[in-house]
Amino acid sequence: MIELRDVSKIYQIGEERVRALDHVNLHVYPHEFVSIIGPSGSGKSTLMNIIGCLDTADAGQYLLDGVPIEAYSEYELAQVRNRKIGFVFQSFNLIPKLSAEENVELPLIYQGVKRSERVRRVKEALEKVGLSQRAKHQPTELSGGQQQRVAIARALVTRPSLLLADEPTGNLDSRTSREIMEMFKELHSQGNTIVLITHDNDVAREAKRIIHILDGRLSEVKL
Amino acid sequence: MILSFKMALRSIGANKLRAALTMLGIIIGVMALVVLVSLVSGATGTIGEAIAGLGSNLLTVTVTDDKGSPVRLSDLKSWVDSEPAVAAISPYASATLTGGRGTESDSFTVYGVTPDYYEISSQQLVIGRYLKNTDVDNASRVCVLDENTATEVIGYADCVGQEIRLGGVPYTVVGIIETEETLAARLLMTGLNAYVPYSALIRLSEDVGTNVTTFYIGPSEGYAVLDAEEAMKARLLERFREDENAFRISSQNLIEEAMNNVNSVLTILLGGIAAISLIVGGIGIMNIMLVTVTERTREIGIRKAIGASRGNILVQFLMEAVVLCMLGCALGIFTSWAILRVISVIIASTEMKLPLRTDVVLLSVAFCFLIGVIFGLYPANKAAKMKPIDALHYGG
Repeated sequence: MIELRDVSKIYQIGEERVRALDHVNLHVYPHEFVSIIGPSGSGKSTLMNIIGCLDTADAGQYLLDGVPIEAYSEYELAQVRNRKIGFVFQSFNLIPKLSAEENVELPLIYQGVKRSERVRRVKEALEKVGLSQRAKHQPTELSGGQQQRVAIARALVTRPSLLLADEPTGNLDSRTSREIMEMFKELHSQGNTIVLITHDNDVAREAKRIIHILDGRLSEVKL
Repeated sequence: MILSFKMALRSIGANKLRAALTMLGIIIGVMALVVLVSLVSGATGTIGEAIAGLGSNLLTVTVTDDKGSPVRLSDLKSWVDSEPAVAAISPYASATLTGGRGTESDSFTVYGVTPDYYEISSQQLVIGRYLKNTDVDNASRVCVLDENTATEVIGYADCVGQEIRLGGVPYTVVGIIETEETLAARLLMTGLNAYVPYSALIRLSEDVGTNVTTFYIGPSEGYAVLDAEEAMKARLLERFREDENAFRISSQNLIEEAMNNVNSVLTILLGGIAAISLIVGGIGIMNIMLVTVTERTREIGIRKAIGASRGNILVQFLMEAVVLCMLGCALGIFTSWAILRVISVIIASTEMKLPLRTDVVLLSVAFCFLIGVIFGLYPANKAAKMKPIDALHYGG
């Protein structure tokens, strides 16, 4: 599913060269629920960007579904993000002017899905996250938990092979966090591959497999 | 496409005041273009009509190569009958002959014409009658003089029935016309003038034959000189085997030509001013689009993260700029229409017509579209080029 081979990413900050990822090797298999945990500055966001095809590595190889990502053009990368990856961000990242259902619909528009099909799939995704009643609301009219559920619906609507969550509970209170984590677990039980990035041990523990990241190096945590 | 159009409308609608202010530049530009050009063309149209009313709108045709099928008097008659745009055609030939009354002898300019010439040249009959068709048919020895000639040769203007000699042949004066007072007439026809039937002139001068080489055309009422010119051109092309060099059609209306020149210079000048204000409006649009792109950096990042390609983002922002321009254009055209209506009512007494000219409207629509594309391209490209991570993390 995901295969990172000796991936490195180096940032140049002034005179200093910061090795955000240092020869990282990672394998994520289909239908796995993996959490990547590390303190801030450990390189986990960089890892997430590379896995999510938002950024490319400086060295090493990244295979997504067996295909090396380096070979892709910018347009193809957009296609990959659109079809294979569903993002859930810490700050929800909904488009404020669009209603919940329009936000969910957006990736389907970029896919060129027909209108009738779009309507059906948006409805289905919103039902899955339990927000059918609030479909017409704008993000500002929704609570944090509801916004994050809209974001999850948006990630799910394209039926991606990988669900990538970056601190999905970081901006939520503990009760809503638990709700969201329950939702991830349920999505996992339905067969979705999930990679969850967090700094919170409690959140990380929900996953079947936990990977530590520190100073750009990974280490597997055995349960 | 329709979706991105809707999206563009929405994001314009989200910032109505800003959109309105941005469009103002385009609105004013379009108004300047449409109103000014319509005013100029309306004014020159009115003046042109006034000039045409003076009757000096005649066409001259000169045949240089008859290709074996010379033009006869009967051809001219059949053209008048069959071309609705042509009201009158008269052959025109002149010869310098000696003539006079009794034993006196002067140099005359004798013109061979047909009755149609009266209408074409807008001569004014003072006494007697003009040449008639029967005069032409019979090559009658009759002539029409202008007042000036009559006074000089006979001694008084009221001389219908008197006889003069032209080229040694006696002619009866049947009518007197006013002496032409135009500048051209003063410059060219100062001497003694006599008008005789074309067929009579053939007998008087060796240079004039049955083959008509020069003739004048008067357009019908309600038709422009150009209409008549085009109709006749088609006729003559057909006759002279599509050879454009076999003949020459020229309009003698110097004033109208001068007016047209002034008109086109004015139109270009005003159009230029309007184009400049449209370009200024376009720069305003580009400015706002750049602000919008910066403001919505995060949105661009989100869109890119969920799969928008460069092209998607480019189309989105380009569409927004073009829609903004076209909305401004539509409002500008509507306002110009309103302004022209108001002006028409105010100046109703002058009979000046101020229609919204379709060509100007189309031109401004095309121009606005072009400006939208040109000035939208840079901001849209800037948006499309953004890297998804940079855009996502912009401003937190």
